[in-house]
Amino acid sequence: MTVVAAIVRGPGTNRDDDVADALRLAGAAPRTVLINDLLAHPDVLDDAQMLVVAGGFSFADALGAGRLLALELTIGLGDALTRFVDSGRPVIGICNGFQALVSTGLLPGSGSTAALGANDSGRFECRWVRLAAKSQRCIWTRELTEDIDCPIAHGEGRFTCDDATLEALDANDQIALTYVGTNPNGSRGDIAGITDHTGLVLGLMPHPENHIVPRQHPLFTRGNNSGLGLTLFQHGVAYAASALQSPYSPYQHSGASL
Amino acid sequence: MRARVTITPRGRDSRSAGLLADAHALGLPNVTRLVAHDIVFLQGDLDPATTAKIERLLIDPLLQTGTWGTPATDPQVHVIETMLHPGVTDAAAGAVLHAARRLGLRVVSAATGKRFEIGGDLDEQDIDRLVRRLLSNAVIESWAVGEIAPKAENHSVTSSDLDVTPVGTESDTESDTGDHTVAVTGDHTVAVIGLSSDELEALNTERGLSLDPEELLVVQKHFAGVGREPTDVELEMLAQTWSEHCSHKTFRATITDSSGAVLTPLIEQLRQATNTIAAPFLVSAFVGNAGIVRFTPGRTIAVKAETHNHPSAVEPFGGANTGVGGVIRDILGTAHLPIACTDVLCFGPADLAPAELPDGVLHPRRIRAGVVAGVADYGNKIGLPTIAGAVLYDSGYTANPLVFCGCIGVATDGPTLDGPHPGDRVVVLGGRTGRDGLRGATFSSRSMDASTGEVAGASVQIGDPIIEKLLIDVIRDANGLYTAITDCGAGGLSSAVGEMAEIVGANVDVSLTPLKYPNLAPWEIWLSEAQERMVMSVRPDKVAQLDALCRRHGVELADIGVFTGDGQIVVRFDELVVARIDADFLHNGRPRRSMIAELPTPNRSDPLGRVVADPIATLLALLAHPNIASKASIIRRYDHEIRGATIVRPLVGARSDGPGDGVVLANPTDSFGLAIGIGVNPWQGIYDPQRMAWAAVDEAMRNIVVAGADPDMVCLLDNFSWGDPRRPSTLGDLVEAVSGCVDASLAFKAPFVSGKDSLNNEYLTPDGTRTSVPPTLVITAIGHVPNADKVLTPDLKTPGNLLVLVGSTTDEFAGSHLDSVQGIPTGAAGISASVGVVPAPDLHAPTRYRRIHQAIQAGLIRSAHDCSEGGLAVALAEMAIAGCLGAVIDTLPGDDHVTALFAESIGRLILEVEPGLLVDLHGLLDEHLTVLGSVTAEPVLSINGVGNVSLDVLRSAFIGDAS
Repeated sequence: MTVVAAIVRGPGTNRDDDVADALRLAGAAPRTVLINDLLAHPDVLDDAQMLVVAGGFSFADALGAGRLLALELTIGLGDALTRFVDSGRPVIGICNGFQALVSTGLLPGSGSTAALGANDSGRFECRWVRLAAKSQRCIWTRELTEDIDCPIAHGEGRFTCDDATLEALDANDQIALTYVGTNPNGSRGDIAGITDHTGLVLGLMPHPENHIVPRQHPLFTRGNNSGLGLTLFQHGVAYAASALQSPYSPYQHSGASL
Repeated sequence: MRARVTITPRGRDSRSAGLLADAHALGLPNVTRLVAHDIVFLQGDLDPATTAKIERLLIDPLLQTGTWGTPATDPQVHVIETMLHPGVTDAAAGAVLHAARRLGLRVVSAATGKRFEIGGDLDEQDIDRLVRRLLSNAVIESWAVGEIAPKAENHSVTSSDLDVTPVGTESDTESDTGDHTVAVTGDHTVAVIGLSSDELEALNTERGLSLDPEELLVVQKHFAGVGREPTDVELEMLAQTWSEHCSHKTFRATITDSSGAVLTPLIEQLRQATNTIAAPFLVSAFVGNAGIVRFTPGRTIAVKAETHNHPSAVEPFGGANTGVGGVIRDILGTAHLPIACTDVLCFGPADLAPAELPDGVLHPRRIRAGVVAGVADYGNKIGLPTIAGAVLYDSGYTANPLVFCGCIGVATDGPTLDGPHPGDRVVVLGGRTGRDGLRGATFSSRSMDASTGEVAGASVQIGDPIIEKLLIDVIRDANGLYTAITDCGAGGLSSAVGEMAEIVGANVDVSLTPLKYPNLAPWEIWLSEAQERMVMSVRPDKVAQLDALCRRHGVELADIGVFTGDGQIVVRFDELVVARIDADFLHNGRPRRSMIAELPTPNRSDPLGRVVADPIATLLALLAHPNIASKASIIRRYDHEIRGATIVRPLVGARSDGPGDGVVLANPTDSFGLAIGIGVNPWQGIYDPQRMAWAAVDEAMRNIVVAGADPDMVCLLDNFSWGDPRRPSTLGDLVEAVSGCVDASLAFKAPFVSGKDSLNNEYLTPDGTRTSVPPTLVITAIGHVPNADKVLTPDLKTPGNLLVLVGSTTDEFAGSHLDSVQGIPTGAAGISASVGVVPAPDLHAPTRYRRIHQAIQAGLIRSAHDCSEGGLAVALAEMAIAGCLGAVIDTLPGDDHVTALFAESIGRLILEVEPGLLVDLHGLLDEHLTVLGSVTAEPVLSINGVGNVSLDVLRSAFIGDAS
C-alpha cells in the first residue's frame, strides 16, 4: 500500500511542491493540505501515514519564524498532532516546518526548549551544505550511509538551547544531523536537525528535498554524483510503509484518501 | 486599555551591528552604540492572564527579552522610536491579532514600531541626520525623540480586518465596507471646457496629471463634444491611461530625425522585426502583460521584465519589493504560474563621499541595502528563486537608481481565456485598497528633484508577498472559473478594468471594493495602486465557486460590477455615477506624440588602442571593479534554490564562488530546461547606442548558449531606462538603440516578445543641474535547453585540457571597463575620437553560436565562458577561480597584449576542450580558433610575456570582502 504523506500548507508555505516531488520520487503519495482545511477537518490526518510541515514563511514569520503556524498546529488542531506521533507515524518539519515544530514543543520534546535564532551572519543565506547523519534513534536518519549535500535557504536557522538541553539531546541520541565543514549559521554543536525522544519526528533547517536528482548538485558539471537528499525521504517512507504493514500497527488505517 | 511591549534580541544582534556600521559609513563615527528593538502596541482587555499569554506569544526567552511599558534608559542614551504612518500596511500587527484571536484573547487592535537606543557624543543635528538617513523613512514612517505615542488611526489593523468579506452578486452583496465609506454626493466635476492653454497647464500641475499640452486640448475638446465637464475620476483615469508609464508615448510617437525623415514608431520597429522572424515557437508578443512562447509541446512560457526606478529611489525597500511583486502579477495576468525572478540593479558608487550626495537623495549604500533587502524579501517569501541578474555602479545612477525586475512563468496548454464576455462579473481578488501608490503611473513618468521624496510619498507602497503567494495558490486551482484575468499594477483598478473593458465596457461600483481604512474618495479607490490585487472576469454562475476557493485559501474576493457590452466604462459609487467614459476614447483617443530626434554620430572608423603599464595589476583592478567583482553577498541573500529547478546557478564552480554566465532551470523530472541570460553595458551606450544594443543582445545570447541553450529557440525582452526623451539628443540615442536591437534580433532570429521603457530617469538638483542615467538597455534572453543533462558551467574542469578562443579581438575600447579602472584617455580631438570605437557587431556570431551549441550537445566542450566585461584576461581569471585550477597561456590573439587581454570585442568565447577532441571541435566550428594554452593543476594564471599571478591573489581581488 502506498504511503500517503500529508503536507501542511499554511499561508506563506512555499516549499510544499518541492517536498511533494521528493516524496513522489521516494514512492509516497503526497497530499497537500491547506491549513484552513485541516483546521476544519483535523481527521484528514487519520488517512495519512506521514506528516510533513514544509518550508516557507508561514504567516510571514510575523511574530517569529513558525510561531503562528505552531499555534494553528497546537491550539487550532487540538491534540491531533500529538495523537499522530503517539500512533507511531513519522513527522518531518523542514526549515520553517522545523521552526514551527520547535515552537509547538514537539521538538526537542520532553519539556526541553530550543530555538532557531537569526543566523550569525545576520542575513538570509542560500548556499549548499553537507550533512552527517548522527542519530540511531531517528527513523529518518539511522539508515543513512553517506553524507547528504543540499541547500540551506534561511535567515533564522541558528540552533540554540541551554547547556542542559544540549547534553540531554546528545545523551538521548536526538541530534539527528550536523553540518560537516561549514556551519552556515552558527548553530550550537553544528546541529542541523534534531529528533524527538520517539525518533519519529525530525526537524531540520536544510532542504534535502532540493537534492533528489544528481543534476541538482552544484558540482554535477564537475562529475559529482553523490549526496542525494532523496535518501532521507526514502528512509522515512520505508519506515512509514513498514509501520503500515505491521500487524502491530499502532493506529487504525481507514484506507481512504485525503 | 492600551499597552506596549518592547522586544529586545538576546545575545549577538546582527541587525544592530549592521545599523552601527551603516551609521559610521554615513559619516557619524561618534555613534558608539546602536541597539534596535521592536515595539508592539496593543489595545483590548489586557488583564494579567492575557498579558502573560501575549508575552509567551511574542517573546522566545532563548532569543529575546520583553519589557512592558517604556523601557528605562540612561539619560545619556538618545532614544528614537518610529512607526508606520497610518494606512501603510503593517503585516506584523495583523499577525499579532490573528494569534491573539487563536489564543482567545480580546485584543481589538495592534500596531508595531521600532525603538533605537543610540549612544555617543551626538548633537541634535547628528541625531536628525541619523534618523532621516538611516533609521526611518519619512515616506512611510513617523518618528519621535523618546517615546512615540500611536495615534488612534495608527491602530488601523483591527480584529475585524481578519474577517473575509461576504460575497455574492452585486444585488445581494452586503458590503462590510459600509463603515469605511465616505458619503459621496454633489459635484465631482472638474472644469476644463473653455479654459485657456495656460489654465489647462495650471490644472495639469495642480492635479499632477503629467499630460502633454496637446493631450489636454484633446481632453477638453472631447468633453466639449460630450457636452459636459469631466469628473475627477474621468480626468485621473485619462491621465493614468495616457501616462508615459502606461501608454509608452515615446515608443509610439511619430519621430522626425535631424534629416527630416519620419521614422516608424519604435514599438512598431520591434514588432515588425518579431513578425519578420516568424519564430515557430512564438505564441504572443507585445500584447497583454507578458510575452509568451512555446518551446515544448503542451507548455507555454510567459516572460516579462519591468522597471521600478522612481519608487526605489525614494523608498528602496518598498520600491524594489513592490517591483518584484508587480512583475510576478504581470505573469499571473497571463494565467501563467511564476517559476523564477530576475533582477538587474544599478546604483551610484557605494563609496560616494556623503558631501557629494545631492540634496534629497539617499546614499547609494542605503539604496543598495534597501533594494537588495526588498528583492530578497519578496522573492524569498513568495517562494520564487531569484536566479539571474547584474549589479552595475555608476555616478549617473546616484540620484536615479535603476531596478529591473523580471519574472518567468509556465502554463500547461488549456482552454483559451476568451473573456470578458458581456454579463461576466468584474471580480477583484487579493489585498485591500488604500491610498497606496496614488498617481504612481504619472509619478513614474516625471523627472525627480529634491522634493520628490516628500511629495511622492503616497506613490510608494510596501508589498505583502504572502498575500500574493495566496493569489498564486488560488489561480493555480481556479482553472475554468474565470474567462479573463489581469493584474492591478500602475493605475490600479482604473488600468486593470479599463484594459479588460477596452472592447466590451464595464459598469462597476467602487463602493464595493474592500478598503484598508475609511474615507477614500471614489477616484482614490479607482486609481489606488494598492498591491497584491488581481481582476478577473467571471461568469455569474461561477462566482460562488471561486469565492469558496478563495475562502479556503484565505483570500478576499469582491464582486464589484459587470462587463456590459456597450463599450462604455461606467464607474459608480453606490448609485452615484462618478465616471462614464467611452472605452475607445480612453484607449485610442490620445493624440500621437510628435518628437524630434537628433541622431548621434558615433566614431566607427578610428579605433584607438590603450596603454597599460602593468597588465597583472590592471587585471587585479578589473577583478575588484564593483561591476565585475563577486556579487555573492547579494546573490546568497536570494533563495535561488527553491523549486529545485536551478541547475546552473548564478554562482558556479568547485567552491560555488565563480560567476556564472546564463542560468538554467529544469524541473527535476523534466529532460529539458530553460536558460536565462542578461546583456547590459550602458558605458558603450554613451559612445554608440546602436552598437551597445547589438552588443547587449549578443551578450545575452552568448550567456545562454554557453550554458546549454539552443540559439534557434530564444526569445528576448528589452528594457530601456533612459533620460528625458523630449531632449532630441536623448531621443536620438534611444532611436539608435532600438535600431541596434532590431538588427541584432533579426541577425540572431531571436524575436523580442515583450519590453518596457522607463524614460525620464533624470534628477534636477536645487542648483539647476540636471543629471540623467547613462542610456541603460537591459536585454534578457530566454532560451530552450533541449537536454538538461548537458548543461555547461564556466569553471575549468581538468588539468591538461586546452583553452581555445573563438571570435575576433580588435582594439575596441570605448565604454570598456579598462577605461573605467584607469581613466578615459584624453585625446586631442573631440571625445568620441579620443576614446576609439565601441565593439562592432560580429556578423558571424549567429552561426558560431549554433555550431557551439552542436559541439556542446556532441560533448566536445568541457567548460565555456563568454568574454565580456574586462575582456579575455578577466574571463580567464574567472574560469580559473571557479575551477580552482590554473592555466598557462602561451598564445594571445593578435600582437598587442593590451588589446588581447582587455578589449571587450563581442562574439567571443573561451572553450575548454580535451586535447584529443580539438580536431573535432575545429571541424565543427569551421573557423579560426586561437589555442590560448592549457589548464594546469598548479593554481597560477601564467600569461606568456605578460606575467604570472596566483589563484589566491586573483580570488582575493575578485571576492574581496564579498564572501
